[in-house]
Amino acid sequence: MRLLSLLLIFLNSLIFTGIIIRTKSIFSGRKGPGIFQPIKDIVRLLRKGSVYSETSSFIFKIAPVVYMAAILMAILFIPFGNQKSILSFDGDFVFFAYVLALGRFFMILAALDTGSSFEGMGASREALYAMLIEPAFFILMGSFALLTGYTSFAGIFSALHFGSYISYGIGILTAFVFIIIALVENSRMPIDDPKTHLELTMVHEVMVLDNSGFDMGLILYAVNLKFALFGAIIANFFLTPGFQWYYSIPIYIGVQLVFACIVGVVESFAARFRMNHNPQFIVMFTSVSLLIFVGVLLILGKLK
Amino acid sequence: MINTIVVKNNQCIPLPEIPVLAYHDFLEWNTTRVKDINFHCVSYFGWKRKGRIRLFCCMADDAEGTIAISSAEVPGDRGQSLPSFTARHFSFHCFERDLHEKLGINYSDHPWLKPLRYPVDRADQHSTIENYPFFSMESEELHEVGVGPVHAGIIEPGHFRFICNGEQILHLEIQLGYQHRGIEQLFISQNDLLKRNLLAESIAGDSVIGHTVAFANAWESLCGFQAGDDIQVARTVASELERIAIHTGDLSALCTDVAYQLGSSVFGRLRTPVINTFQVWCGNRLAKGLIRAGKNQYPLTGNIKNALIRLFDEFEPDFNEMYKRTKTLPSVLARMERTGILTTEQAVETGAVGMAARSAGLIRDIRWTHPCMMYASLPHQPVVKHHGDVYSRMQIRRAEVNQSIRYIRDLLDRLPETNLHNPPLSRPKADVMAISLTEGWRGEICHCAITDHNGELALYNIKDPSMHNWMALALAVRHNDISDFPICNKSFNLSYCGHDL
Repeated sequence: MRLLSLLLIFLNSLIFTGIIIRTKSIFSGRKGPGIFQPIKDIVRLLRKGSVYSETSSFIFKIAPVVYMAAILMAILFIPFGNQKSILSFDGDFVFFAYVLALGRFFMILAALDTGSSFEGMGASREALYAMLIEPAFFILMGSFALLTGYTSFAGIFSALHFGSYISYGIGILTAFVFIIIALVENSRMPIDDPKTHLELTMVHEVMVLDNSGFDMGLILYAVNLKFALFGAIIANFFLTPGFQWYYSIPIYIGVQLVFACIVGVVESFAARFRMNHNPQFIVMFTSVSLLIFVGVLLILGKLK
Repeated sequence: MINTIVVKNNQCIPLPEIPVLAYHDFLEWNTTRVKDINFHCVSYFGWKRKGRIRLFCCMADDAEGTIAISSAEVPGDRGQSLPSFTARHFSFHCFERDLHEKLGINYSDHPWLKPLRYPVDRADQHSTIENYPFFSMESEELHEVGVGPVHAGIIEPGHFRFICNGEQILHLEIQLGYQHRGIEQLFISQNDLLKRNLLAESIAGDSVIGHTVAFANAWESLCGFQAGDDIQVARTVASELERIAIHTGDLSALCTDVAYQLGSSVFGRLRTPVINTFQVWCGNRLAKGLIRAGKNQYPLTGNIKNALIRLFDEFEPDFNEMYKRTKTLPSVLARMERTGILTTEQAVETGAVGMAARSAGLIRDIRWTHPCMMYASLPHQPVVKHHGDVYSRMQIRRAEVNQSIRYIRDLLDRLPETNLHNPPLSRPKADVMAISLTEGWRGEICHCAITDHNGELALYNIKDPSMHNWMALALAVRHNDISDFPICNKSFNLSYCGHDL
């Protein structure tokens, strides 16, 4: 049963971007490509060879693999409701955050390795935004560790249950913050526009301009996996213990679908932020997670 | 002493009547005039003949609706240096760079005599783009970003070199010329009216009507042909329809660049029926073939009139609704307001024209100051904004689209009878010069033609509005985020091939 979470994440990763694109298509009055089109594109890329620039070193070649491996590693820590995850130990959410950061670190190095001024720009932006979103994640997970008394994902989610009004408030706020964290992690709107053709305004896309073929396929699939990964974390907040699997699996998939649709809607009806407003926007979510922290303190009765 | 000859738009002037001044007086007169806000230089070019170069400078007088033409003769050898106009007023910079590049004229005090284009037919074959010293700054803090000439998307080639401090642009140098086709030379070597007409259509693919109308007007004036009302109405309607199509497309592109999907797709879809109407009218969506000198190639018939009326009935409500949504969306406004500001001083200095000038409070609109075709009969008031930012240019586009629809409806109400018996065009007169100004959607387009004493075309000079406005863009993006450059660029939407010729 420990494999269930892994299986569901892979399943969701196949359709996640497809749903985002379909949502956007519908809202702009078009039919749009099939749900599986992004995955078909990735499979096509995976069958191709890669082209490497003469100026880049081995870092550039290993980075996509390290990136992918880091995300796969992180997935192993995600439980499914009160089912244990494959790997679990005390404080694993810290490991989770930094194993993802390691993958990103290699992507940043690879971008700098190409020596292109575009990619340097993109790398500096990505490093900044990833750094700014970190406090929000840790305050959030820290609060839940405090609330439940466990410090691993599996422990937190198996012990978590909502009872009072405050806890529902906390649940909604948490889902909200996690959606934003996922958007920042994946460089989506309103932080970055994945569809743009303008290198000067890109964040993540410009970092991978030099990647091609198999490497590009890995990077694109990693985006899908990362979305499904964060979707799984959000879904876990709604899988309170005691649900049978025939309730919890539909809830899980439903949450993932709603998450994908939300991303699609955000990308349809708003413009992207100006680049220098992004840090403000991201830091703001640290304060939202502080609110959750206060909520936890209220529940625990530490604030009188 | 008579310094200039004052003419109207589309007037044909016998060459001997243009006064020839000493270079010093020529410089003095023109640079003094340009300090008056009502004057701006629409064209300044040289004609090399018998080892000497005759310079012509055409200054538009916006208050009087006239053009003052003066000329001077300088020796054609490359030895001596002349004092430059640019040192007195910056707006002459591109004309003098062009003269230096094409005819080898040297200037003693030109601030930046960098080549305007890098064509093959330049005077000094030794200087090429490979050895061009780009402007650079030595610093640990700054970095350079080079964009192009191989460009992303479907844009034309151009090279942009940014010097940035982090995300902020300190300086932008734009180098164009990758599309130089030698159009002005081709006008002379192609000894056939139809071929010249086709050339005019290919000056800039997005200003087919603008440039072809300017050519047709200039040519007809060389030949002494008076175009009838039916021709004039068709040309005016076509000009305004082109403005609607391109402005709507630009609004879509602006939305794309800020990643506002709804605006991008709705404005994009609204542009299609407009250009499809061109297809119905003349068989080409970009209106190629519609305008021909001396005749009404595709008369504005009742069918096309109905198609236009239907088009606007459907277009207008959707367009206005979408614009209202866009302008009330905070995330769009946050990107556009106070981005890419062009100050009025900068607009005057660079000699900005058209929409870019009007966004910065400078009223430059040929339809208003030098009306030709049917514009004199329309109650035209230029749309002017004062902030000079991307949002101003967006507002102008929207207001001009509504204005253009009004004008076309007005003209359709009083459609004249089509005259199918236009006399064939006679040969151009000998030893004359014709100057023709039109307001394309981007700004003023100036075509000048000179014939020799056999009545053959001896010189053809084209000035696209982009020529001045590129420098305005380079100034407007300073101290903006480099990530905002694409929307600044799009808000100006300048032509590469119109500049490169």
